[in-house]
Amino acid sequence: MTLSSLLSQLPSALRKLDPRHLWRSPVMFIVLIGSVMTTIIAIANPSTFAWVVTVWLWLTVVFGNLAEAVAEGRGKAQAASLRAARTDVMARRINAAGVEESVAGTELRKGDRVVIEAGETVPGDGDVVEGVAAVDESAITGESAPVIREAGGDRSAVTGGTKVLSDRIVVQITSAPGETFLDRMIALVEGASRRKTPNEIALSILLVALTLVFLLAVATLRPMANYAHAPQSTLVLIALLVCLIPTTIGALLSAIGIAGMDRLVRVNVLAMSGRAVEAAGDVSTLLLDKTGTITYGNRQASRFVAAEGVTAEQMRDAARLSSLADQTPEGRSIVELALAEGADDSDLPNGATFVEFTAQTRMSGVDLTGGRLVRKGAGSSVAAWVGRGMDPGVQATIDEISKSGGTPLVVAETDAKGSRVLGVVHLKDVVKEGMTERFAELRRMGIRTVMITGDNPLTAASIAKEAGVDDFLAEATPEDKMAYIHKEQEGGRLVAMTGDGTNDAPALAAADVGVAMNSGTSAAKEAGNMVDLDSDPTKLIDIVGIGKQLLITRGALTTFSIANDVAKYFAIIPAMFLLTFPSLKGLNIMHLSTPTSAITSAVIFNALIIVALIPLALRGVAYRPASAATVLRRNILIYGVGGVIAPFVGIKLIDLIVSTIPGIG
Amino acid sequence: MSDTTGGLLTIAALIILLAAVHKPFGDYMAHVFTSAKHWRVEKRIYRVLGVNADSEQSARSYTVSVLGFSLISIVVLFLILVGQKALPFDRGLPGMPWDMSLNTAVSFVTNTNWQSYSGESTLGFAAQAGGLVIQNFLSAAVGIAVAIALVRGFVRSRSGELGNFWVDLVRGTIRILLPLSFVAAILLVSQGVIQNFGDHTVHALTGGTQVIPGGPVASQESIKELGTNGGGFFNGNSSHPFENGTPFSNLIELFLLLVIPVSLTRTLGTMVGSRKQGYAILGAMTFMFGAALAVVTWAEAGMHSQAAQLAGGSMEGKETQFGSWASSLFATATTGTSTGAINSAHDSLSPTGGGTVLVNMMLGEVAPGGVGAGIYGILVMAVVTVFIAGLMVGRTPEILGKKIGTKEMTYVALYTLSVPAIILVGIGLAIALHGTPGYMNNPGSHGFSEVVYAFTSAANNNGSAFAGITVTSHFFQISLAAAMLLGRFIPIALVLGLAGSLAKQGKVPVTAGTLPTHTPLFASLLVGVILLVTGLTFFPALALGPLAEALS
Repeated sequence: MTLSSLLSQLPSALRKLDPRHLWRSPVMFIVLIGSVMTTIIAIANPSTFAWVVTVWLWLTVVFGNLAEAVAEGRGKAQAASLRAARTDVMARRINAAGVEESVAGTELRKGDRVVIEAGETVPGDGDVVEGVAAVDESAITGESAPVIREAGGDRSAVTGGTKVLSDRIVVQITSAPGETFLDRMIALVEGASRRKTPNEIALSILLVALTLVFLLAVATLRPMANYAHAPQSTLVLIALLVCLIPTTIGALLSAIGIAGMDRLVRVNVLAMSGRAVEAAGDVSTLLLDKTGTITYGNRQASRFVAAEGVTAEQMRDAARLSSLADQTPEGRSIVELALAEGADDSDLPNGATFVEFTAQTRMSGVDLTGGRLVRKGAGSSVAAWVGRGMDPGVQATIDEISKSGGTPLVVAETDAKGSRVLGVVHLKDVVKEGMTERFAELRRMGIRTVMITGDNPLTAASIAKEAGVDDFLAEATPEDKMAYIHKEQEGGRLVAMTGDGTNDAPALAAADVGVAMNSGTSAAKEAGNMVDLDSDPTKLIDIVGIGKQLLITRGALTTFSIANDVAKYFAIIPAMFLLTFPSLKGLNIMHLSTPTSAITSAVIFNALIIVALIPLALRGVAYRPASAATVLRRNILIYGVGGVIAPFVGIKLIDLIVSTIPGIG
Repeated sequence: MSDTTGGLLTIAALIILLAAVHKPFGDYMAHVFTSAKHWRVEKRIYRVLGVNADSEQSARSYTVSVLGFSLISIVVLFLILVGQKALPFDRGLPGMPWDMSLNTAVSFVTNTNWQSYSGESTLGFAAQAGGLVIQNFLSAAVGIAVAIALVRGFVRSRSGELGNFWVDLVRGTIRILLPLSFVAAILLVSQGVIQNFGDHTVHALTGGTQVIPGGPVASQESIKELGTNGGGFFNGNSSHPFENGTPFSNLIELFLLLVIPVSLTRTLGTMVGSRKQGYAILGAMTFMFGAALAVVTWAEAGMHSQAAQLAGGSMEGKETQFGSWASSLFATATTGTSTGAINSAHDSLSPTGGGTVLVNMMLGEVAPGGVGAGIYGILVMAVVTVFIAGLMVGRTPEILGKKIGTKEMTYVALYTLSVPAIILVGIGLAIALHGTPGYMNNPGSHGFSEVVYAFTSAANNNGSAFAGITVTSHFFQISLAAAMLLGRFIPIALVLGLAGSLAKQGKVPVTAGTLPTHTPLFASLLVGVILLVTGLTFFPALALGPLAEALS
């Protein structure tokens, strides 16, 4: 963040001086009242001291507003680019008679059907009910590669403002005008619909209570001071009050909230409410779909096991041969594995014909010239093809692979010498790189990971073990997912999950944090409280981190703000009473030059620290996954102990400068 | 034996005794409040009260019971005091003036035992034993009941019920306070504390006669300390030889006033199923107590002024039989708990010593605090700590499996606000009106400290005083009564509200991401938060009073 970006937000910071706006933050409202009072005092009894204090009190309020304005400014830029996508388009609606008519996009209602052809903009949110098309969603996701949207299944949702690149689709509109996804997105990034979150309210209550205590402490100080024959001016008492009340956190609180949402937007996740972001920090169970999240999603060849009497090279080459023309992911992975194990990179020999997989043969392979036939397939089919029972050695390998959750693929050949089984390819789900480490990290943070899969329990257990998840749900139906979520919530745990299908919708709604994939159905997007524009299920882990970071930032700045007060007392109290009680000189441990410079320095520090912390409030406190005790120790040291020490140094430095001003020093 | 040796021996004996007793006694108290069985005598009482002892109360109903019971107690005690002339054993004394009666009734029902009268010359035995002593028991039992209700709030899940106040009150009195104070009274009698029903007229050496006031002292003395009440039979309180005559009786009294607050940490640990949680709380309490004791002892036993050096010790206002060490210990213990009994004149403590016992009360009396009040007070501060620290680990703050949300925070914030507000407003009022006769008329920092002490003591339900100011004016009688009343029952109502809202919640399981609240780190944070909140609230008042005195 640069100085110029701060200055550019100055006008909106000044607009926020409206008391009706500041009322939302009671702490800053008190500062506003104080500023007005000191202004009146300074006008009535002008002095350098009074004016300096007045100006800095006003600056305190402005700096607080500035923090909020800067935080909002970042969202506004994004909203503007989204608005550009919301051009008014004409829609081709199919009326009851089945005839196309041209209407404005804003007149579409739920249930209307519209036709969209290549080159046209989607007029509103809806589900494809006919056809398939390539859609450019870059206006929303920022991703330029087109995506396929088709009728039926989990890829049927289209979003208003996106562009159809090919073909023709019929879309059934699912949202009313003004309530489209794009509209909601704009409102969200602008912070227009921002409400205080539960934790923010709880913190505000604490801050208000502290403010009231300080208000009383300062208000009763007046008669006490009079009694001690050391009467204090209202100006000094207001300065003391503003320094004591938690202005730092009071000024930055809303900026922290807005910036937290903004950080999510930056990773292309839209949270429908701040509450959801907070809940993400509290999540203690993550339900992760196996496919696409934990594993690459396709079974891949992991090793070749040659049969007795067959060399490893023979097996490898035969397996490669059988798969060269096979375009399935499994086939490609066999070729890749063979290459990795040293096979040559030659093409299929001339005259070879590819034998495709069919439901009847349950095998695929290749027929070479010269009568050599190579096949790969399920054990029983291959055994039938070879014409005799499986060797015990090969059968043992098949059983072992099945038991470990993998899929055995048997390779066999027939040539002049007859038919024989060459060996077995071990196909298995491959866990994505780095996932095991991330799960370990999550475990240290106290989060349980649960793998959801349609696989049988045996396969599921094996992958769960390899990936290092804490639990798994095999042969999972939507009902099972719901039951699992309810079980976890019953025990007081907060659950987060991702989903894209319509059948995920109930579970997404039940989960505390439900992240719907943007590629998914509108039902899923309705049900979740976050939408991931990149449709990347692994992002759930980042979301949890952002939620935690938001809460940590709030806590750290609160601690810092309160810890600051110690130094301010040591600056102001001796300054107030030094003349009457020379003995209090012992409290002036900073050796501030004069009473007026001490008070001025404290007030200036109090204002400047807000500006100094704006970048931190926006960026968030650094968060590395670790156990709660470790994180706490670190943050207490930085923001608690640091919060006590920093103002002593800061106030002293400011005093050195301020004390040179005539009339103060 | 030198003063120092005696003091160190007393401290050592006290630590050994408390260490030995707090586990079994704490577990016993946990059993008392969780057992389903009623004693026969208890059943009889429930029948008389018309209470269904097996029913449970919601937070609201529990609160209404506490407040209703206390209100009736105040009225009854007020009538006894005003009309003591009509009672037997009145020693021929008239009824108390109405404002003093009101002050005293509130004082004893709120477990404060602030005494704006001199016991031996104002009260008959019926008023002492029948009025004050009964409240010594009941007000202590109320405190324990509220603490137990809060602990139940942490223990229970999705219930909202906090137990039955009447059962807690009766059990606390019959199973805990009565038997212990009975044994203690006998021990005290063995140390020369008197127990009789008459004043004695003696012929003095010079030929004249003197009336030595007597009375049922030991029975009052034991519950006075055990229930952290502190209202002495005599004006001299525990410095009077008939109340506290030997170093051993002094040790017994110290033990009595610490035993329940200390053991309740064990009760907490046992009831919530985390003994370590009890130790963490006890650790925080012990640290604050130890620090206060060290400062007071340093200030009182050290020879920091020329006068003290010449005299061989700062003995003004202290009993020679106790000396500086045992007096410092007693002063720390009586202000760290909400007792307010004294064995030396706090007004005569050095500025540093007096300031420290004042701070001890300002901390909210949580080191280790009054019976019940100490544990619920520190638990509320633990919630504040957990709220700030919990955010810093990136979760909605939770303690003992309960989340601290908006509702809980409201109760806690109001709690932290209430007592300081009462103290500050009270001091402000007294000072603002100081020119008016009958308000404040003592000069200088020390006069100011006396007023600060009076309101701090009243609002925290301590009851000890920097005497020296005249508190018998209407203003002080009534304003201090108000401070005691509000300082007792606003926090209680808020604590019960908090307990109810905690009990309604389910339990959040503990994970590696949960902020541990049973560790030394948390205990030190807790101490830090308590010191910071207190310091920030009272720094100006302290600067103008004890600090200005101490630094001069």
